[in-house]
Amino acid sequence: MNKEKQLQMYREMVLIRRLEKRGAELYQDGKIGGFMHLYIGQEAVSTGIIAARESRDRVITAYRDHGVALNCGISANEVMAELLGKATGMSKGKGGSMHMADPDKNMWGGHAIVGGHLPIASGMALGDQYAGNDNVTICMFGEGATNIGYFHEALNLAKIWGLRVLWVCENNEYGMGTAVERASAVSEIRQKAEGYGMKNSSVNGRDVLKVHNAAKEALDYVRSNSQPYLLEVETYRLRGHSMGDPERYRTQDEVLKRKENEPIRTFRKQLLSKKTATAKKLDAIDAEVDVEVQKSVEFAESSPEPAPEALWENVYVEQGEI
Amino acid sequence: MARITMREAISQALMEEMDRDPSVFIMGEEVGVWGGTYAVTKGFYDKYGPERVKDTPIAENAIVGGAIGAAMVGQRPIAELMTINFAFSAMDYIVNQAPKLHYMFGGQIKVPMVIRAVGGGGRQLGATHSQTPDVIFAHFPGLKVVSPGTPEDAKGLLKSAIRSDDPIFFIENATMYQVRGEVPEGEYTTPIGVSKVQRSGNDVTIVTYAKGLELSMKAADQLAKEGIQAEIVDLRTLRPLDMGPVLESFKKTNRAVIVEEGWKSYGVGAEITSRIYEEAFDYIDAPILRVAQKEVPLPYNRTLEQSALPQVPDIVAAVKEVMK
Repeated sequence: MNKEKQLQMYREMVLIRRLEKRGAELYQDGKIGGFMHLYIGQEAVSTGIIAARESRDRVITAYRDHGVALNCGISANEVMAELLGKATGMSKGKGGSMHMADPDKNMWGGHAIVGGHLPIASGMALGDQYAGNDNVTICMFGEGATNIGYFHEALNLAKIWGLRVLWVCENNEYGMGTAVERASAVSEIRQKAEGYGMKNSSVNGRDVLKVHNAAKEALDYVRSNSQPYLLEVETYRLRGHSMGDPERYRTQDEVLKRKENEPIRTFRKQLLSKKTATAKKLDAIDAEVDVEVQKSVEFAESSPEPAPEALWENVYVEQGEI
Repeated sequence: MARITMREAISQALMEEMDRDPSVFIMGEEVGVWGGTYAVTKGFYDKYGPERVKDTPIAENAIVGGAIGAAMVGQRPIAELMTINFAFSAMDYIVNQAPKLHYMFGGQIKVPMVIRAVGGGGRQLGATHSQTPDVIFAHFPGLKVVSPGTPEDAKGLLKSAIRSDDPIFFIENATMYQVRGEVPEGEYTTPIGVSKVQRSGNDVTIVTYAKGLELSMKAADQLAKEGIQAEIVDLRTLRPLDMGPVLESFKKTNRAVIVEEGWKSYGVGAEITSRIYEEAFDYIDAPILRVAQKEVPLPYNRTLEQSALPQVPDIVAAVKEVMK
C-alpha cells in the first residue's frame, strides 16, 4: 500500500478519535442528546474495511456509526451538526448520533435496532444482483447482533441466493455489558458462518493494515464468486457502550491493559518503525485534525436549528401523479 | 367493463405492473413454483422466471427486510406475506423500519415497496391464523395502509401502490377472493388515501372497508326493503385516512354505524367516531354505533367462529338502533 493511502487511513482514525472526544464533551455539556455510542478503540475496523472497498460498494452499519460515516467521506461538519441536531446535519437533524447516512457516498446508515439492518443488507445486495452489477454490500455489526434471529435469516438468504454481502462482525467482546461468552453459544463468531456453508475468517482488529488486507481479500472473493463472506474482526471498545454506561461488567485494569495496544498507537508505531512517516509528519496530521474538529464544532454550533415545518417533512415522499 | 373476481383483479394488477416496469419483482413464500398459496400469482413463475418471482425461505424478516433493502437501492419489490398473521414475525420491518427510513435520514432514502398480506377470519383456521389486525399497521405514520373492498378498487389501488415511492401495506381478505365485480377495461389507477361512497342514501351513514363493505352492502339491501336508505362510505385506505366523504355523508344523515371485521377496542370504529365528534359534533342526532368482532381469539368450531364475527343482521340491528 502506498504511503499516501496509509497516511490517509491514519488521518481518518485520528479524526474519528478526536471528533468523538469532542462529541463526548459536548454531550456532557448537554449539547448532544439521546444515545451516543463511541467508536473509540475500534477505529481500525471501519477505517481498514472501508479503505478496501470500491466506491460503488455499499456500506451499512449499526448505531455505532460516526466512524463509518467519516470513513465513507461524510464531512466532520455534517457529522458534528447531526450530533447537535442541526439542519445542516446529513440527516437534517432528524436522525442524530445513531442515524447517519449519505447514499451518494454509499453510506446507507446508521441503524439502531440490533441486527435489524442485516436482512436489509441482504436486500441491498439482492437489489444489486437484480440490477445485474457486481457491487458488494458491506454490512457491519457487533457480535451481540449474531444472537438474534435477523442474523440467521439474513445469512441464510445471502447464501442460498448468492448475494454479494461482506458480513463484518466487530467482536468487541461485550454486547452492552454482557460478555460474549455469556451471550453466545460460541464466542468465536465466525464459526456461525460455518452453519451456513459460508466462507469466513477472523483478523486482528487493532491492526488497521491487517484489517484492510483481510477486507480486500474477502471483497475480491465476494465479488468474483458472487458469494457472501463473514469476516470477524477482533476489537475492543475503550469507552462505555454508550454515554450512560457505569461499566460494572469490566475492571479498569482490563481497559488499561487494552489501551496499551489500541489501534492508533499501534499504527503510529508501525508507520514510524517502517519509516513510512516521521513523528513530525504524524504530529502535523494530528494538528490538522484538531483544527478540522474545532471547525466542525464551530460549524455545528453556528448552524440553524431545523425549521418548525421540518417536523412534517419527509413522512412520505413528495411524489407527483402516478 | 369486465366482471372478474377479486383474485383476478389483483393478479391483473401485478402482471400489468410487472410488464410495465422491469424494476418490479415479487418475493415471498410459495409465490413461484407453487403459484401462490391463494393462486394469485398462478402462471407468474412460468411467465417471468425465478429472477422476478422469487420463492423465499419461510423467514418473514428476510422477506420484508430484504424487500426494504432492494427498494432502498432502486428496485420496486412486492413482498408477499402468506397471511397477515405472519406479519407479526416481521413487525420490526413493517412498522419500525420501512416507515421510518425516509424521515429518519432526512429524506435521503426511499422505500418504494409493497407488502401484500392476506387477512380475515371465517375459515376455521383457529386463533393464530384468522385475525384482522389492520388497525395495528395503520397506527404508524410513514406507512400507508390500503385495504380494498371491490375488484375494481383492488386492481386500481394495487397498481398505485406499486408505483408509489412510499412503503405500502396492502391488505387482502381471503374470503373475498371469489367476490366478483365490474372492472374497467384497459389501464387505470385508483388513488391511495381517498374514501369513496359505494352506495348512496339519505337516512344513515355506514362507514366501513374491505370485508365490512361486502356485509354492509347486503345489510343495506335489507334495510332498503324496510324503507331505510343507507349511504355506505368505503374508506379503502386506513392511513392516510380520508374523512372528507365520511363527514359529508354524516352531515347529511346525522347518524352513523361503523362496520369492521377486526376487534372493536381501539379499532377503526373508535377512530372514525372520535373524528366525527371532533369535526362534526353539531350534526350528531344519535349515538354512533360500532359493529365489530367479539373480543375473543377466534375459535375453530364453525358455529362459534361465525358467532364471533360481525354478520349482516348485526349491522341491520345497529342501523335500526341509531334510527330510533
